[in-house]
Amino acid sequence: MLDISPAEWTAILLSLRVAIIATLVATPFGIALAWLLARRDFWGKSVLDAVVHLPLVLPPVVTGYLLLLTFGRRGLVGGFLADHLGIVFAFRWTGAALACGVMSFPLLVRPMRLSIEAIDRRLEQAAETLGAAPFKVFFTVTLPLALPGVLAGMVLGFAKAIGEFGATITFVSNIPGETQTISSAIYSLIQTPDGDAAAGRLVIVSIVLALGALIAAEWFAHRATQRLHGN
Amino acid sequence: MLRVDVEKQLGEFSLHATFSSEGRVTGLFGASGAGKSSLINMIAGLLRPDRGTIVIDGETVDDTASGIHVPTWRRRIGYVFQDARLFPHLNVAQNLDYGRRMNRLAPDAAQRARVVELLDIGALLDRRPGKLSGGERQRVALGRALLSKPRLLLLDEPLGALDEARKLEILPYLVRLRDEANVPMVYVSHDAAELRQLATQIVMLRQGRVTSFGGVKVLT
Repeated sequence: MLDISPAEWTAILLSLRVAIIATLVATPFGIALAWLLARRDFWGKSVLDAVVHLPLVLPPVVTGYLLLLTFGRRGLVGGFLADHLGIVFAFRWTGAALACGVMSFPLLVRPMRLSIEAIDRRLEQAAETLGAAPFKVFFTVTLPLALPGVLAGMVLGFAKAIGEFGATITFVSNIPGETQTISSAIYSLIQTPDGDAAAGRLVIVSIVLALGALIAAEWFAHRATQRLHGN
Repeated sequence: MLRVDVEKQLGEFSLHATFSSEGRVTGLFGASGAGKSSLINMIAGLLRPDRGTIVIDGETVDDTASGIHVPTWRRRIGYVFQDARLFPHLNVAQNLDYGRRMNRLAPDAAQRARVVELLDIGALLDRRPGKLSGGERQRVALGRALLSKPRLLLLDEPLGALDEARKLEILPYLVRLRDEANVPMVYVSHDAAELRQLATQIVMLRQGRVTSFGGVKVLT
């Protein structure tokens, strides 16, 4: 039906790889942060909350530029990682994953946080009276009950990551086969005289992926309520 | 068995309670707001006393003078709450096994069968808590607490959320538990009739103070 060319496939597969890696790496951090924000009171909590949400409101090009300054070859963190661990972000697909991860992080954390906040803390107390140490309470009660929210967060984060454009193109540019995701491929195609058909195909692919993710997130949210009511 | 001597300031309310008990079922009796729940939560370790000591079965679990505060999960107590608090993501069988797993106890099929039979919950094992009636939930909560092999079972108004008919349904199970389960209990209630049936010793609380202590006679 859609006659997708090899070059377009490259962009689609790269987008999928970038978004999947970004989501998987961000998830443990997201869960930890969601728990911290939902369950702990500490000094600087509102500042941390604001910083997490910053990529949502900052111009993406600013986030991308900040990433370039920090994680670029000569950046403070980027230089250290490149010299000591051999991890390079600049102009690599890993950099695209980092940009997508940062940009999608607020969306990923939010459902996780909400689902942890919705859990009755008295259930965690009950687990404690049955002999569960705090980390066991987390893994046997809190996390299983929050699981639908965790999955919803992952799906939303994934959907955001796969469509990310501004920060990615600023940080790692638009190199076919290395950093050219669906979004940047569409951007390039629109600027080419006869690229409309190819751009159109990629647009359809993006819409299908985004819609699928939203429907999945909705389904997980529905599961969450069922789970909390024990049916 | 249980020695309590604690002080706790909770806003305007001050609790200062001293008692010791050897009874099989110690009834904590008092009107709502007398400090019963705060007291039982201190025994459970969910609330920390400002000053004082709590000794369960010879082990000091709280002693503010020497900075001892054993966390709830290491106290080896069972706690039955007014609102059952079964884990909604686990079925009845998994709820029953939770305490044993957390305490790394070997499976004890005989004891499990005995508790299941005692509480008459064999037909519910595959169900989720959401599909149980209030009375069934409370019976499962009792079984779950018992199967963690506690040295002391705390019950905070376990019939409080149930209507009269349900209460009468559960009471016989509690009596059987007292006579057969061989675990000392602390039973919180504001219902004198309930305690007359169950308790062997009464601690009467009023506005945060122990006003009388003794056999069930003190209820009259």
